Amino acid sequence: MTQLILIFIAASIVNNVLLSQFLGLCSFLGVSRKVETSVGMGGAVIFVITIASLVAGLLYKFVLVPTGFEYLQTIVFILVIAALVQIVEMFLKKFIPSLYRALGVFLPLITTNCAVLGVALKNVTNDYSILQGVVYGIGTGVGYLIAIVILAGIREKIEYNDIPEPLKGSGIVLITSALMSIAFFGFAGVI
Amino acid sequence: MREDSVSERLYNGIIKENPVFIQLLGICPTLAVTTSAFNGLGMGLSATVVLALSNLLISALRKVIPDRVRMPAFIVVVASFVTIVQFLVQGYLPELYKSLGIFIPLIVVNCIILGRAESYASKHPIIPSFFDGIGMGLGFTVSLIFIGGVREILGSGAFFGYQILPLADAAAGKAGFTPISIFVLAPGAFFVLALLVVIMNIVRAKQEAKGRPLPAKNGCLSGECSGCSLAATCQGKSKAETVSKEGGNE
Repeated sequence: MTQLILIFIAASIVNNVLLSQFLGLCSFLGVSRKVETSVGMGGAVIFVITIASLVAGLLYKFVLVPTGFEYLQTIVFILVIAALVQIVEMFLKKFIPSLYRALGVFLPLITTNCAVLGVALKNVTNDYSILQGVVYGIGTGVGYLIAIVILAGIREKIEYNDIPEPLKGSGIVLITSALMSIAFFGFAGVI
Repeated sequence: MREDSVSERLYNGIIKENPVFIQLLGICPTLAVTTSAFNGLGMGLSATVVLALSNLLISALRKVIPDRVRMPAFIVVVASFVTIVQFLVQGYLPELYKSLGIFIPLIVVNCIILGRAESYASKHPIIPSFFDGIGMGLGFTVSLIFIGGVREILGSGAFFGYQILPLADAAAGKAGFTPISIFVLAPGAFFVLALLVVIMNIVRAKQEAKGRPLPAKNGCLSGECSGCSLAATCQGKSKAETVSKEGGNE
């Protein structure tokens, strides 16, 4: 149990997926203009990463390892994730429309989010059991949510400031992320 | 230069539409692996091999792949080559494999590769597609070496592992360069990329004033989806942007 909590904290805060592992930066920089949207995106990422790490873990353990096809993991995982996102989208649309309205628009964005594939591959390299893998996935998703919401909050404030012309747009966002990344360094010794 | 000739494709990839400097594509590996110039070189060359070969195969198969399933087909092609490259690096350059880690398999989701497959290789003959891949790959490599070099020099005073700035040694009372170690850590990557973006914005503004505008940046960083290979399958971005705009109006 302690180990699971440690995995969760390490994944969400200490080794933040965005600020120290650089996975999923496209959406981090692209969809962080408003706090509201970034919360939706973060929720969708938690949702998809959790399911994807579960499905990828099961597939790896019960299909790829027994058949000796471990080396196909990259191909299998990316296809599974792409299919999974489609299925989740259809499922939500049909059965849980309220959740679909909140997360739906972000789901297609996540197929190519390297954080999802990254977590599936890391679960294999770190030799996590399926439960540990799922916890690692949730932790990564929560870390993503924390970072993107903070960035969106800062960006909402920055919008009204007088920024030098060449820094406008992605320049100032990258510098903000750099400062956030320094701040997250403070957690380095926690675990 | 003649359109789609070999030299035009190489020039286009390395200078005119450089994937990182001009288009701001492939940001995740650009930031993550550039702790040193050598890592940048390794990552760039791995991506170049994948780009060239997948462009070649996709171009050869462009009349066979049905339009509706082209994305999954491209992904399978790219993922196969990535797996091959991953094993080659793991086998022959284990040190490099260790420092690049997960970012080698993640070449699969690198937007440069699917982007070239969708926007170039699926519409052009084999030879230009192959050299388009090589050009884009070399452009990527050059940018990674540049960013990695800046970070390595500032962060440890070395370039490709050779100490070029003599280090200060307080104990021996020797004056010299004190490494700014934050540049090899995560925040340094963001800082260097931010500076690069700023410099490119200034260059862009100057060129525009001269009436010779640079090609538009189309990476996810600009919030612009048109250059992304997955724009066809993913309508999420434009929708997400609309949502955020609507949110702003309320």
